[in-house]
Amino acid sequence: MSTTFSITDVLDVFCPMNVIIGGTGHIEHAGPTLRKLRPETQLLGKPFLEIFEIRRPRSIVDVQQLRASAGTKLHLQLRSKPQTELKGVLVPGLGDDQAIINLSFGISIVDGVRDYALTSADFAATDLTIEMLYLVEAKSAAMEASRKLNLRLQGAMIAAEEQAFTDTLTGLKNRRAMDHVLARHIEWDTKFAVMNIDLDWFKAVNDTMGHAAGDHVLQKVARIMVEETRDKDTVARVGGDEFIVLLPGATDHAALTRISQRIIDRLSQPIPFQGEMCRISASIGTAIHLPGSDQTPAELLENADVALYASKHAGRSRQTIYSSDLRDNARNFSEPTGRADAVGEKREGEELAKRA
Amino acid sequence: MHGLINRGIQRFVTDSYGQERWTEVTRLAGLDFVEFEAMLIYDDDVTNRLLKAACNVLDRALLDLMEDLGTYLVSHPNVEALRRLLRFGGVNFVEFLHSLDDLPDRARLAVSDLVIPELELHEHCNGRFELICESPIEGCGHVLMGALRVMADDYGTLAYLEHTESRKGFETISITLIEAEFAEGRHFDLGAGAI
Repeated sequence: MSTTFSITDVLDVFCPMNVIIGGTGHIEHAGPTLRKLRPETQLLGKPFLEIFEIRRPRSIVDVQQLRASAGTKLHLQLRSKPQTELKGVLVPGLGDDQAIINLSFGISIVDGVRDYALTSADFAATDLTIEMLYLVEAKSAAMEASRKLNLRLQGAMIAAEEQAFTDTLTGLKNRRAMDHVLARHIEWDTKFAVMNIDLDWFKAVNDTMGHAAGDHVLQKVARIMVEETRDKDTVARVGGDEFIVLLPGATDHAALTRISQRIIDRLSQPIPFQGEMCRISASIGTAIHLPGSDQTPAELLENADVALYASKHAGRSRQTIYSSDLRDNARNFSEPTGRADAVGEKREGEELAKRA
Repeated sequence: MHGLINRGIQRFVTDSYGQERWTEVTRLAGLDFVEFEAMLIYDDDVTNRLLKAACNVLDRALLDLMEDLGTYLVSHPNVEALRRLLRFGGVNFVEFLHSLDDLPDRARLAVSDLVIPELELHEHCNGRFELICESPIEGCGHVLMGALRVMADDYGTLAYLEHTESRKGFETISITLIEAEFAEGRHFDLGAGAI
């Protein structure tokens, strides 16, 4: 007992997107999946090349050329909308000048299943399309999960970096951040100024009115410095009561003097805390970096330090812009050494200033 | 611009000129970091700054640098995966050229937010082609030229390539096939599993 299948039955199972064309190039049969793409009435009896455009090889424009392409890969596109792109291959045969063209989606399958509501039943049992669709979906889901993780990690990294470069009490940049910014500007070799600002009488406030008062003063001081500088300036708290401001492009002595004086004036105004007045002031030393000066960050900071000592030495609440003759004067009371010793040297300088 | 693209530039500079020069490039470009993450998105502007900085640091003209980048992307052993993916495009150079039309779609299939230049191939008679490349990055056509030269060698095809036109956002490369099977070409196995 055996059942005989017609050739179209076989084709419809093995290649559900088959087309059989006759000698004139008219469609005589269309496989079941192809009939999901276009209703049978739109296909049967119509010239194949009227329904499908051969995109490649471009030389194929008539039926003879189509037949001659037997065995080579064809790139086709449906002429009506949706203009799905398909791949195909033609095999002559079946007698009567007929030819079979088997079609498949290729990369357009992802849109194809959506546009035509295809299911696994629309593909031959041996076809790998369903496996490919599965892979595409699985890969997209995995990529999406990893993309979200990336974004979270990036956010966490930015926050961590921000924290690492921020002085938590005042919200200003910290020493690390300033070292970083300063190194950058030196590398770029642009013109800029560095202000070394040291609070006067701050220790007294801390000692007599307590740490809470001290913290309050530091926060107020930070706000004033930010208000008195431009957005592109970097303000950092680099020690207990020591601040550095880096001012890109600012090298004009008059302008720097004006900015310093404004900061000193505002810091000299009493700061109220719990009904009492905290009185501080500030001394400022400014050093200027000019392009081509071949200065290291340490040398520049040392110059700012020297200028700061000069301000302290001259009686505090003052500002000084560095010049080399300050260094000669400074030698009279303290020998400037490298930046490594600058902290110790500075304390020494302060003590000298206090005694003065 | 997708991290993959910036990362590609990073690997090109690092593998060709060394880590130190790359660090210089990122500094000059005003970046706060030296490592691009392949799967993050960066501002388009970052890529332009990066390329400009690379030209300065390496003392190269942009278009030359772009062509070297293209050559690097499909020939350096460190980025072999890319060459393999391109070879999936076709069994010979002509088929490969035609597969470029599908390349942006294929790239999106792999990485959904990866936008690469749109490519359009026009076939003329006698083995002549024109490839139009659309991208906001200047010199993108030159990257393509560098890559296509190597791919032609890869397929063992002798081809003449010329960058013929550049107008805002569009660049055209003309390709003339001289001999399809000029040399042996490089071996390619579908299942080498290099990725």
